Amino acid sequence: MNGHGKEEMSKDNTNSLTSNSRQIKRIEGIAQAIFTICAFFAVLAVVSITLYMIVNGMPAIFQVGIKDILFSTVWKPTASEPSFGILYVILTSIVGTIMAIILGVPLGLFTAIFLAEVAPKKLAAIVKPAVELLAGIPSVIYGLLGLMILNPLMYQWEKALFRDSDTHQFTGGANLISAVLVLAIMILPTVINISESALKAVSPQLKASSLALGASHIQTIFKVMIPAAKSGIMTAIVLGVGRAIGEAMAISLVSGSSVNLPLPFNSVRFLTTAIVSEMGYASGLHRQVLFTIGLVLFVFIMLINITLNVILKKGEKEDD
Amino acid sequence: MKKNKVTKMMAALGVAALMLGSLTGCGSSNDTAAQATQQDAAETTTEDTTAEAEAAAETTEETEQPAEETTDKAVSGTITMAGSTSMEKLANAVAESFMAKYPDVTVTAEFTGSSAGVEAVLGGSVDIGNSSRNLKDEEKAAGAVENIVAIDGIAVVTDKENTVTDLTTDQLVGIYKGEIKNWSEVGGTDEAIVVVGREAGSGTRGAFEELLGIEDSCAYANELDSTGAVMAKVASTPGAIGYVSLDVVDDTVISLSLDGVAATEENIKAGDYTLSRPFVMATNGEISAQSDTVQELFTYLQSDEGKELIKSVGLIIPD
Repeated sequence: MNGHGKEEMSKDNTNSLTSNSRQIKRIEGIAQAIFTICAFFAVLAVVSITLYMIVNGMPAIFQVGIKDILFSTVWKPTASEPSFGILYVILTSIVGTIMAIILGVPLGLFTAIFLAEVAPKKLAAIVKPAVELLAGIPSVIYGLLGLMILNPLMYQWEKALFRDSDTHQFTGGANLISAVLVLAIMILPTVINISESALKAVSPQLKASSLALGASHIQTIFKVMIPAAKSGIMTAIVLGVGRAIGEAMAISLVSGSSVNLPLPFNSVRFLTTAIVSEMGYASGLHRQVLFTIGLVLFVFIMLINITLNVILKKGEKEDD
Repeated sequence: MKKNKVTKMMAALGVAALMLGSLTGCGSSNDTAAQATQQDAAETTTEDTTAEAEAAAETTEETEQPAEETTDKAVSGTITMAGSTSMEKLANAVAESFMAKYPDVTVTAEFTGSSAGVEAVLGGSVDIGNSSRNLKDEEKAAGAVENIVAIDGIAVVTDKENTVTDLTTDQLVGIYKGEIKNWSEVGGTDEAIVVVGREAGSGTRGAFEELLGIEDSCAYANELDSTGAVMAKVASTPGAIGYVSLDVVDDTVISLSLDGVAATEENIKAGDYTLSRPFVMATNGEISAQSDTVQELFTYLQSDEGKELIKSVGLIIPD
């Protein structure tokens, strides 16, 4: 009886079902179209930015010559015979980023290990939000703190170190080290969060087997867990590099912004700060060269992204 | 299983129907609401506009007569300027506010350099030639008239702890070229000199280097991209020296005197202070020989409103 009743009901509904299924299809179609349009906005943005950078960055390369831009060290954009060499600027960005990674990655990775493995729950509950808060602090705040705290400290060291030097130009503490320290702190949240999730994703069986075989906890972390989480940690490092090389606001306040060889106590200019600091009043060829610097930066970022993709794909294959 | 599917489908249908219903419901209610508000808005706007129009009509009637008297020189037409890049800020500010005051006038400004500007005004291709230096004798001989509309002054500042209060021009040049590296070399305490300046392209940097004749031979330890940054850096760094536009100097820094002349408005107006330069709007022949529109521009610059404008871009009003 009961079953029969239900059958009837479903029969009654067949008509409305077919007409409604058309409606469902239409809604599905509309939703799909909206999603597709949204997705194309992102693609459109990437394509137009790429085109814009190339269109605006190329003319100066042809006008000045790629060698005179990329491999000359003299940056005098407003001289009567202007010179647009950005070799020191490129070197600064590379050296600064590498130094920030050298400082920031071990610190970040060990914090991640602490959070994922070592920390008592209560302590982790304090450290974890602190790390997340670090990620939320605007970069200009890092810059201001660097300017107020790091620079005076660096100037003390600078004065002590170069007391008898005749050739050193005193910078008042605005130097590569200040910038690197600020960058290292700024990449910490990225490195910590991603490495921590990578470590947490390591299969518990692996850890258990290692412990069962008699390895200590620390041995297990370094010999089993870190190798297993390798691709995640690499991702963290690459994203950290991306953050460091693209940062402008914070380091423009602490680096001194003179074009110099990237030595620890020299005032230096990064690719990003080179654009930021001179865009305001630049005109003509000078402005075009600033776009070329943007193009160089863009190429760097693209290379980093490609590296990231390769690492991620490798990681997937290993996981399979 | 079948039953399950059916119930699932029914549930989905139900949800879809609800969504549709709510959508159409929303649509219709919104429509009516929108219509209502539109009508309201239309009514109010018509009322408002009529009221406004009446008021406007009244005011125009009232103001028309005096307006005709003052602007009987028919301020309409175009003014073209060309010249100094350092005067870009001033020229653009003047053009903007003048056009706002006289909507029938179009002011265009190009920035080609002082000499090119004077050449252009003499050649007759522009009405006003902007020059950030005094006119040369041969330019004056060719008929250019030097109308100094503003004076640009640059102050040399150090941190509060500094004991040096006066530098000679040569010492200043030496410091900025990197030849003098310690304050003890210019009569101060044993303290390294931190040379602070502005970024390439900045008008202040251009003027500073030009006036001292050290274009592109400066050895900056800090190239900062704003006046405020220079002030902050100098104020907070022992042994720092920097240059800023005169109007922003405050008591967080010491303003040095040059060759014994303090950086004050009086000294600059008197022409005694080295780091200052006139902003000249050169005309071909006296102002009174210019078109009415150009004459009106100069009248505007000498009015209180014009003087405020010149001060607002950090310049000094000449006497």
